[in-house]
Formats: sequence, structure tokens, C-alpha cells
Amino acid sequence: MADPITSDKVPVTVLTGYLGAGKTTLLNRILSEPHGRKYAVIINEFGEIGIDSDLVVGADEEIFEMNNGCICCTVRGDLIRIIGGLMRRKGKFDAIIVETTGLADPAPVAQTFFVDQEIGRKAKLDAVVTVADAKWLRDRLRDAPEAKNQIAFADVILLNKTDLVGDADLREIEARIRAINPYATLHLTQRCAVPLAEVLHRNAFDLDRILEVEPQFLEAGDSHDHHHHRDHADGHNHSHRGLRHYHDEDMQSLSLRTDRALDPEKFFPWIQNLVAQEGQNILRTKGILAFKDDPRRFAFQGVHMMLDGDHQRDWRESEKRESRIIFIGRALPESMIRKGFEECAA
Amino acid sequence: MATTDTPSVADRTRHIAAGAPVVGAYFLKSGAVFVLGDEALLFVTGNAEPRRVVVHDGAILTAASDRERIVTGGDDGKVVAAKPDMTTTTIAVDPKHRWIDHVAIAPDGAVAWSAGRDAYVQSRSGGPHKLEAPSTVGGLAFAPKGRRLAIAHYNGVTLWFPNAPDAAPERLEWKGSHVGVIFSPDGRYLVTAMQEPALHGWRLTDGKHMRMSGYATKVQAMAWTADGKGLATSGAPQLVVWSFHGKDGPMGKEPRVLVPAEHQVSTVACHPQKDVIAAGYEDGLVLLVRATDGAEVLARRPAGSPVSALAWNAKGTAVAFGTEEGDAGIVDLA
Repeated sequence: MADPITSDKVPVTVLTGYLGAGKTTLLNRILSEPHGRKYAVIINEFGEIGIDSDLVVGADEEIFEMNNGCICCTVRGDLIRIIGGLMRRKGKFDAIIVETTGLADPAPVAQTFFVDQEIGRKAKLDAVVTVADAKWLRDRLRDAPEAKNQIAFADVILLNKTDLVGDADLREIEARIRAINPYATLHLTQRCAVPLAEVLHRNAFDLDRILEVEPQFLEAGDSHDHHHHRDHADGHNHSHRGLRHYHDEDMQSLSLRTDRALDPEKFFPWIQNLVAQEGQNILRTKGILAFKDDPRRFAFQGVHMMLDGDHQRDWRESEKRESRIIFIGRALPESMIRKGFEECAA
Repeated sequence: MATTDTPSVADRTRHIAAGAPVVGAYFLKSGAVFVLGDEALLFVTGNAEPRRVVVHDGAILTAASDRERIVTGGDDGKVVAAKPDMTTTTIAVDPKHRWIDHVAIAPDGAVAWSAGRDAYVQSRSGGPHKLEAPSTVGGLAFAPKGRRLAIAHYNGVTLWFPNAPDAAPERLEWKGSHVGVIFSPDGRYLVTAMQEPALHGWRLTDGKHMRMSGYATKVQAMAWTADGKGLATSGAPQLVVWSFHGKDGPMGKEPRVLVPAEHQVSTVACHPQKDVIAAGYEDGLVLLVRATDGAEVLARRPAGSPVSALAWNAKGTAVAFGTEEGDAGIVDLA
């Protein structure tokens, strides 16, 4: 058969955001724009709000622990069931959107794709998109650990309802987001107005994409990758907006790099041991590695204790052979991680 | 493993283009019937053109057969029975149009299905009777006599007598997500497939636990050998058969490991009378394996996508197979 039904994996976008931030607004925007694509939508409260799609499935967010001795290895049983069922209609839709409840931790959703081979064979995680309410996010970051998790976990953040706050407040909120997650693509929006290409089909979990499309993903600094979509030209677009540096007491990111080639015999035991011990606190990990005597780049990523990595293309002549790795997590033991990483040099 | 020297019956295959992923295969009196993922059954009778019969308004999520009829559950919330003459009857419609995730048929013709946490039984005498499981139902199986229903869910299995509303359901507990369930033909054992690559079992007389592990992936297919004493399973790059001879079942015993291959076994079906197992692999290979000595016969060369359905006819003279890509066939062994 020329076009095997099983050939390409269906992309899955995870839509998170605290209560009232605007998830449903974004969802309806995605479904109503004339993009010619068909989406299957998995929502958490069936029939609550009108969702304009043929394929809407109600989910009940059944989270369970895997029996593998890893306490943070939780998965969404209902997603395994529903995505498995949707795959029987393969060809009738182009992508899947999973809307989580406002209080959901995105990790079990992401981990489902690492754990279930059947799902991993047929579908792939595209990106975690988090909608945040510009007016209330600061308060939620103080009193709602779920809201902070959603920011920390995100690949794309829509800071929504920017019309409800002044510029000074907006800059402060941005800075607070960046203190938690400097690597996500951040959009300032009203009514979730954002080009859909900025939200969908991001390939944020695709190892190739990490390398090819976002070579700057590990760059330090709080100013990269801003995309402002304010309804009125305010002269601040793509500026640095003079962000203050904040340090979030609870959730941080850590970026390490070295131009000394790594020894895989040292690196893999180290990273596996690190996530086994600290995995509960490490939300996400990404890395590009240069191993000694290895012409190819190695890319990897992780969610809590689960790691996934592979060799990618050859290093280019023009490229600096360096290893870079980032962590986003709670109370990261920075000096221990730095020391461990340095000791992985060949 | 299959080599060029392996005897082959592959040239005795009638090939059928199913046109949709094949998710199940059964033999009724009329001939082979393929369950298609999209919405229809494909009846193959004699040498006539296959006939496509639409049974659901959407995907077929689950199917079961007692050789008299095929019962399917769909994402349209319907439970439908199809007979050899291709007539269909709607047994139930979920009031909220929830997906019907699992169905099972009892020897006396009772039908069970589940939607979310709710399990239902429509028996000859009445119903539907309903039982809410503690979490989403992962599998259904009737006990051999058909009076008792096993409902798999998170952290265990619930055993329920649907026609005895006063009898409290019994709970067998084991931590984890149970995604498939089967009784042994003598009714002494209950085995579940777990989300992890392992099986769990209970000896029903005393509730003793059995752990059967070592798989490469989640076990999606389980079938009892003709003598009812061997449980053939998918989930490994070999055909794994657990022995339930003796009073302790597979406890403390290694399973038989047959026909190691490059790819994993994706589905299995046992010959109705002889000690022969049909094994379908992820690379499309189908082998017929004699369990006693591992002798093998090639029934389909590797091609395309995983084998997703296998069935023997009642006489054991034909094997039907289907793949995820929509290739299907019937191998004539007579």
C-alpha cells in the first residue's frame, strides 16, 4: 500500500491554563479559523461549553502511578484509552488537542507519551501550550502551585487579557514568567488572538526540531523569543521591555554548557541517577550533547524521571561543538548539578 | 524463527483489501468477518465479493463473538449485534452517547458492555443490569458458565453476578492499571493484562496472586490453547505460552518461549482442537506454531504493518488475518 495508515504520527497539543485564563477561547479560535485542518478535541468537562468540532471527546483525567517503583511516574489512563480509540478513525482528523482542567499538572499528560508504546507509536506530543491571565497570574503564582507548574512546563505561553493591566504591570508579569521558564515562546494576547502557527504544529518535543529550529533555545537571558500580539501598536513590540530580573523562590531554571567533549560512559549514569533522585523536582530537561570521538550530535529531553534521547545529524563544520543542557524545576541543587555535569567531561 | 526453509501455506491465501484498519477477525457460520476500525464489518462468504456492512456511526472500538454473532461497541455509544445473514440489531444505546469501550458475550447469549466506569449486562431474562466500577473499565470477561462477569479497572478486578442484585460484587485487588481480562476455560484462574508489560493472575479458589512478567511491551492479546491449559500471549519477540497444568498454574514455572523473531508478537489465536497457535507479528508475519515442539509453518510473509487480528474457523481448517494497514486474508488449510 503506497500510503500506510500507520506511517505518520498524529501531533497532540496539550492546552493548559489556570481557571478562567482563556483556554476555551483559544480552543474555539483554533477550531473556527479557516485552516482546513480537522482537530479531534479531548476536553475535561463534557458538554460544558459549546465546542465547535465534530470530534469532541469527554475525558475524566484519571491519573495513575505506573508500577515501576517511580513515584512521580504518573500517566493519564483515560488518554491512553481515548487516543487509542481515536486512532481507529485515523485519517478523519489531522491532529489532537487535549484540554486539561485548570488545576491539572501537565506532567502526567506528557508522561503518557513516554510510557505507553502503543500511543508513542501512533501519536506524538507536539507542545504544551499554557494560557495565563495577565491580571491574575501574579497572585496565582503565589497561591496556586498548579499555575506555576503550568508555566514551568510550557513550550508556548499565551499571556492573555493584556488589556486588563498596564504596561508596568505587564513587564513585571513577564519577568516573573521568565524567572520560572525562560525558554518558552511567550505571546502577549487579548482574547487569545495569536497566529495559530505559533500554537500548533510546534514540534516542541521533537528532538530534531530542538536542534534545527530553535538553536538558541539554551541561550541565557530573559529577552529572547518575545512575540507580542497586542491589538494596538504600542511601540514595544520585540523590544526587551526593560524586564527586571526576578528570582522565583520555588521554581527555577538552570542552564549549563561546556565545550569539553563529554564521555557517554560518565554522562548517562550521571543523568539517569540525577533524574532518579531529583526527578520529582525536575519538571523538564533538554540537552544537546557533544560526545568524545562522536561525529554526531546527541539530543535528549526529559519529563521528571523519564528521559528520551537519540543521535541526530553530524556536527557541522561551522558549528561550535559544545554540550548544553537545561533544567526547569523546583529547588534545583545547582552546585551539585554543575559539579556533576563538569565531571562528565571525557 | 522463520527462514526460507520454513514450510509455507502462504500461497493458499485469499487476499482481501479491507480498506480500513482491521481491528478484529471472526468466523461465523457464513464465513470470515473482519471488524474494521472505521465503522463497518466486512463479510466474506464463500468465493463471493466481500460485503461491507456499516454497523456504527463512527469508529468500532471493541468486538466479541460467540460464532453465532458478532457484537460491537462504537464511539457512537451503540452496542450492535450482527448475524451471519448480515442483519444487525442495536442492543443498546448509551444515554449519554459515551464511547462503548468493551463488550463480551456469555455462553447463554448475555451481552456485557462498558462505557466509562459503568458496566452493563443484558441477559436473556432481563436487564440491562448496571454496575459502576471504581474507575474506568479496562476489560470485560464472562466466566465460563456465563453467570459471573469480571470487570477489570485500576487496582484490580471486580467480580459481579449481574442476575443476583443482592450479592455484593467481589473485589480482587492488585495495584496498577488492568487493561484486559480473561478467565481460564476451567474457571479456576483469572488473568489480567497490565499497563506495564506484565500479566497478573489470581487463583480464584483462594485468591492467590500470580505475576507473569518479562514482556517487552504491553500484552494486547491473550488466548487459551485448545486443551485450556496454555495461555498464549503477545507482547514479546517470542510467542510466550504460560502453562496452567497442575494445581499451581504458572506459579514458579517458566513459560514456554517459542519461535523467537526479530519483531514482537502483536496478536495470537489458538486452534480450536489442536495444539497449534497462530501468531501475528509487528512486521506483518504470521506463523502457525505447534506448541509441543515449536514446529512452525509460514502463513504470511512479513509485509507492511502489524498484524492486528487473527482467527481460526470452528473446524480449524482456515485462519483469517488482518493488519493495521487494512490488508486482510484467509489462509485455507483444508
